[in-house]
Amino acid sequence: MYLAYVARRFGMMLVVIALAVTINFVIPRLMPGDPIEQQLNQLAASGGGQIGDVQAIAAAYRAKFGLDQPMLAQYANYWKALFSLDLGVSLAHHPATVAETILAGLPWTVGLLGFTTLVSFALGTWLGARMAWPRGSRIVKALGVPVLLVSALPYFLIGLVLLFLFATVLKVFPAGGGHPFTLQLGWTWESVRGIAYHAALPAASIILAEVGAWAIGMRGMVVSVLGEDYITLAEAKGLPDRRIFLWYGMRNAMLPQFTVLALTLGHIVSGAILVEVVFAYPGIGYQLYQAIQTKDYFVIQGIILLLSVSIALAMFLLDLVYPLIDPRIAAGGR
Amino acid sequence: MSLAVPDAPSPARAVASRVLREPMLVAGLALLLAILMIAALLPLAVDPGLAQVGATLPRQPPSAEHLLGTDVQGRDVLASLVAATPQTLKIGLLAGIIGLTVGTLLGLAAGFFGGLVDTVIRVAADVMMTIPGIAVLLLVATNVRAMSVELMAVIVASLSWMTATRTVRAQTLSLRERSYVDVARLSGDGGVRLVLVEILPNLLPFLAASFVTAVSRAILATIGLEALGLGPQNDLTLGMMIYWAQFYSAILRGLWWWWAPPVAMIALIFVGLLLTSAGLDRIVNVRLRTTA
Repeated sequence: MYLAYVARRFGMMLVVIALAVTINFVIPRLMPGDPIEQQLNQLAASGGGQIGDVQAIAAAYRAKFGLDQPMLAQYANYWKALFSLDLGVSLAHHPATVAETILAGLPWTVGLLGFTTLVSFALGTWLGARMAWPRGSRIVKALGVPVLLVSALPYFLIGLVLLFLFATVLKVFPAGGGHPFTLQLGWTWESVRGIAYHAALPAASIILAEVGAWAIGMRGMVVSVLGEDYITLAEAKGLPDRRIFLWYGMRNAMLPQFTVLALTLGHIVSGAILVEVVFAYPGIGYQLYQAIQTKDYFVIQGIILLLSVSIALAMFLLDLVYPLIDPRIAAGGR
Repeated sequence: MSLAVPDAPSPARAVASRVLREPMLVAGLALLLAILMIAALLPLAVDPGLAQVGATLPRQPPSAEHLLGTDVQGRDVLASLVAATPQTLKIGLLAGIIGLTVGTLLGLAAGFFGGLVDTVIRVAADVMMTIPGIAVLLLVATNVRAMSVELMAVIVASLSWMTATRTVRAQTLSLRERSYVDVARLSGDGGVRLVLVEILPNLLPFLAASFVTAVSRAILATIGLEALGLGPQNDLTLGMMIYWAQFYSAILRGLWWWWAPPVAMIALIFVGLLLTSAGLDRIVNVRLRTTA
């Protein structure tokens, strides 16, 4: 049963990835104008026109990237290149390949996103459950409205305000970058501290923006769980409140939280991109921003592809976890 | 349950009294109305020409002459804000209307006709939902040579119709089986008429709630694209104001009057939309009203 379910979900993931790759291939080619010629013209304009015959260079580039071949051959080549992780060459940082550029930013983004998603998921879920619990503290309940309002705001607006307060006015946190300039990164206590110090504000922006959504979702679920008979039974048995809260309340309200995690994954990723831009944090998001600024075409495409594939992959992984929490899902099929 | 049936109040009265009983909805609508009034009336008081590059001295802090100061390119910030707010609202409303209309039509068709129509629409919506919208948005936006406010709305809408399709389809499936629809069908009503007269009106409250969410999401998506520098170059929007402030490091240079007003305006718009949709949800979704 579980295997069939996994196979079906896996197939769905492959279809989505194939579609994403195809869209990534087709859309730029549907647009009018020639990106390579445009790029070279721009280079020529900014470099004082010293790069020679634009037409000839564009033709050379086109031959190099195989853009002079028929569409179908190009499409096949595109796939072939992807399988060997060849995403092309960065136009702005020339000898570096797109794959190298992306790999340089990836650890920063994965670290920041992984940490903040875990923290806000845990914090928000607990907070939401506490808000709904009849014998919870007043202070937690009073948090409801402010948390709701903050969660309505885009991540990077919160980032802008935090940046202003803590980096410009109070000057207690750095204004940008992923680590101190002078620091040689390594597995030292000093490195860890430097990285954590620089990640504090970006992480705080993402967590503040996300906690509310988790809390609200969880609150709704716990409220509906509260009416169930097994809660009444647990109370009648005289179980301690703490135990009822954790094992009867939270556990049964958790599943929809995972569904929400899957559905909002895209939002979290896109939100984090902009937070990186605000804090000049050296991850994928900031690279994307710089690539857009310099019209570094292949880097933009590479990052978009990475986003599509990683979100599809993450959704698949979540699909794998669901049935372990709620066996009905694998059995029922979807 | 009492057996005595009270006189039914007139429909408009009933709606008004339901609305007034939701403080969140009232507050949200009031906030949105205030923003619309500002967007509509302030251009009469502020010279729009001051939002042009080089119209005034650059980097002036707020003063009697420039209530919100000026930016590094010599635009008056208040005039910019007045010019940008309606554009941002326009993108949100347009994208919300387009996305919801397309989504509703597809959802009605899928739910009512079933069969092949249903399968095609459902699979398309499912696949579109799984593909990360942000990636497609970025891809299209980076490849468009001249972005405009209208194009932005269409692009955002093209990635937001799926939610409406799915929910409308589900609602239609359940409404289709109701007895009054059967009665209408037996009395000889045709397919399209049945959908428009018997089913669509019942979806209206639900669609109103979806619309507010759709507008909110559309504004969120456009502001994100704009902050990355992919917004309309020739129109001033709230997201583009933030982009330029960010581009010229307004925060680190202490030019708070430049970035704070668009941030505050965006925050107000989102809070207004959130309160409205939360209030509408409580009206539409009976379960929320009784439990929470």
